[in-house]
Amino acid sequence: MKPARTTQPALHAPPGRYLKERFIQGVLFACAFLAVVVTAVTIWIFVSGSGIFFTQVSLGEFLGGTRWAPVDTSTPSYGALPLIAGTLIITGIALLVAVPIGLFSAIYLSEFAPERVRKVAKPILEILAGIPTVVYGYFALLFVTPLLRSVLPEIQFWNALSAGIVLGIAIIPLVSSLSEDIIYAVPRELREGAYALGATKFETIRSVVLPAALSGIAAAIILAMSRAIGETMIVAIAAGRVPAWPPDLLKPLETLTVHIVNVATGDAEAGAFIWATIFAIGALLFVITLLLNVLSYWIVRRFREQYE
Amino acid sequence: MGRSTVTQPRLEARLLQDDFAPQGEPILQTRALSLWYGKQQALDSVTLDIPKNKITAIIGPSGCGKSTLIRCFNRMNDLVPGVRIAGEILYHRKNIYDPNVDPVEVRRRIGMVFQKPNPFPKSIYENVAFGLRINGFQGNLAEHVERALRAAALWDEVKDYLHTKSGYDLSGGQQQRLCIARTLAIEPEVILMDEPCSALDPIATAKIEDLMLELKEHYTVVIVTHNMQQAARVSDFTAFLYLGRLIEYGPTKKIFENPDKKETEDYITGKFG
Repeated sequence: MKPARTTQPALHAPPGRYLKERFIQGVLFACAFLAVVVTAVTIWIFVSGSGIFFTQVSLGEFLGGTRWAPVDTSTPSYGALPLIAGTLIITGIALLVAVPIGLFSAIYLSEFAPERVRKVAKPILEILAGIPTVVYGYFALLFVTPLLRSVLPEIQFWNALSAGIVLGIAIIPLVSSLSEDIIYAVPRELREGAYALGATKFETIRSVVLPAALSGIAAAIILAMSRAIGETMIVAIAAGRVPAWPPDLLKPLETLTVHIVNVATGDAEAGAFIWATIFAIGALLFVITLLLNVLSYWIVRRFREQYE
Repeated sequence: MGRSTVTQPRLEARLLQDDFAPQGEPILQTRALSLWYGKQQALDSVTLDIPKNKITAIIGPSGCGKSTLIRCFNRMNDLVPGVRIAGEILYHRKNIYDPNVDPVEVRRRIGMVFQKPNPFPKSIYENVAFGLRINGFQGNLAEHVERALRAAALWDEVKDYLHTKSGYDLSGGQQQRLCIARTLAIEPEVILMDEPCSALDPIATAKIEDLMLELKEHYTVVIVTHNMQQAARVSDFTAFLYLGRLIEYGPTKKIFENPDKKETEDYITGKFG
């Protein structure tokens, strides 16, 4: 027979138990910290690089000028409006294509498609996002532009419309895939509540499901928009490289990103002043994206119907 | 009678129904109603009459098919993929599963309150106005919304926040009364309640039960509940369902005090379920 235990149980952790946990926590923190550092450094490079630019060019000329001619050796001009307009036009066309098609296909896939169709169609749609943009560029130039020419004979070989449409096609999956996840996630109870009141399927989707999914759909559109603003290759190939003012949909134009490519791939000497322009343009891109994000965030806050 | 309920012949369940039919005009009648989810049978030849302007409770252990049955009355099961239904449900003697019947029209006359309160993420006012709007209501919307909220005993608690508070800002019991108001607004004839108090505390439950007793003056109420005391407190008739079959149906007092069937008695007295 064993004697009764009289010793206290040891409740302290054995040595080493928390060493591993602390190590994992440290690694996770380092990764998160790295992302923050990279962002901060990028912003710092923009700011310091733009500093050189703005010692030579006033902010008023940069944001208000309509002639962008940084390589004109006799009378260089640094008005960015043609580039800003080019970016906004291309982005606008792309969103006009991507938002309705993306959203409607998301609604179809989540609300109407049989489960089998959904499982097959969704990955196929996502493949669109995996096609290299250089391929899209030539698709615009050699397929869409000739197609448009049959309707609009006056359209030029390089033009904004074709590039915008194809860019729109390229970002459809961003809108559709994310929106579909969001719409699908709207609780079944909400739909049943609407059906039980005698709502048809369409009334349920329009009045209950979409409003409840709005904030997520808006986030998807913002993401697609940011992607469109930053897109370079399709535009560089299909829209020409002419900073045009006033811009014309049927003629070539240049965007902010394409200017950066022009400088980086051109034969400008290192240290030439034109290098400073890409920092200013980069900073401007950053600010535009930020402003549009803030605006969208505000719109969503104003109109969403939150179900949690 | 044997204790085994599973092997009882189907015929007996059918015959049972001829023994009891509530007096008065039945508003809903099921006739040999069976339902399958894919290959699994959830209802087996259920035949019962729901009397007008009474409260009929459907009780039974979890998985007995009581929610499935109540969701047949407004064709809610149509929304579940892979459901197959045999038999009939007569509403004013017309089969609602007839191919030329529009389920949307059925649901406008037979409303439903769900187990978990499911207000829309809209303002309180819009929650109640929703059904009116989609039904093309032409009259005074604000007045109608107020009447529905009063009928659901919620008006005094929400009248100052009609447009500023979301349905989600209310407590669970208030949410459920909002869902009842929403249903009352479109003036259905029958209100189906699928365990309407299972997510509520006793005080909120008591309010909903009082409300049910008021509602039966103008509406027919069918309630599914796993709470036998609730069935005993509020209902006029009780149906006991077990393993997809209707075991016994009769006046609530009789079912609880003097059931005919051994299974009913065992369930009522808490021997299983």
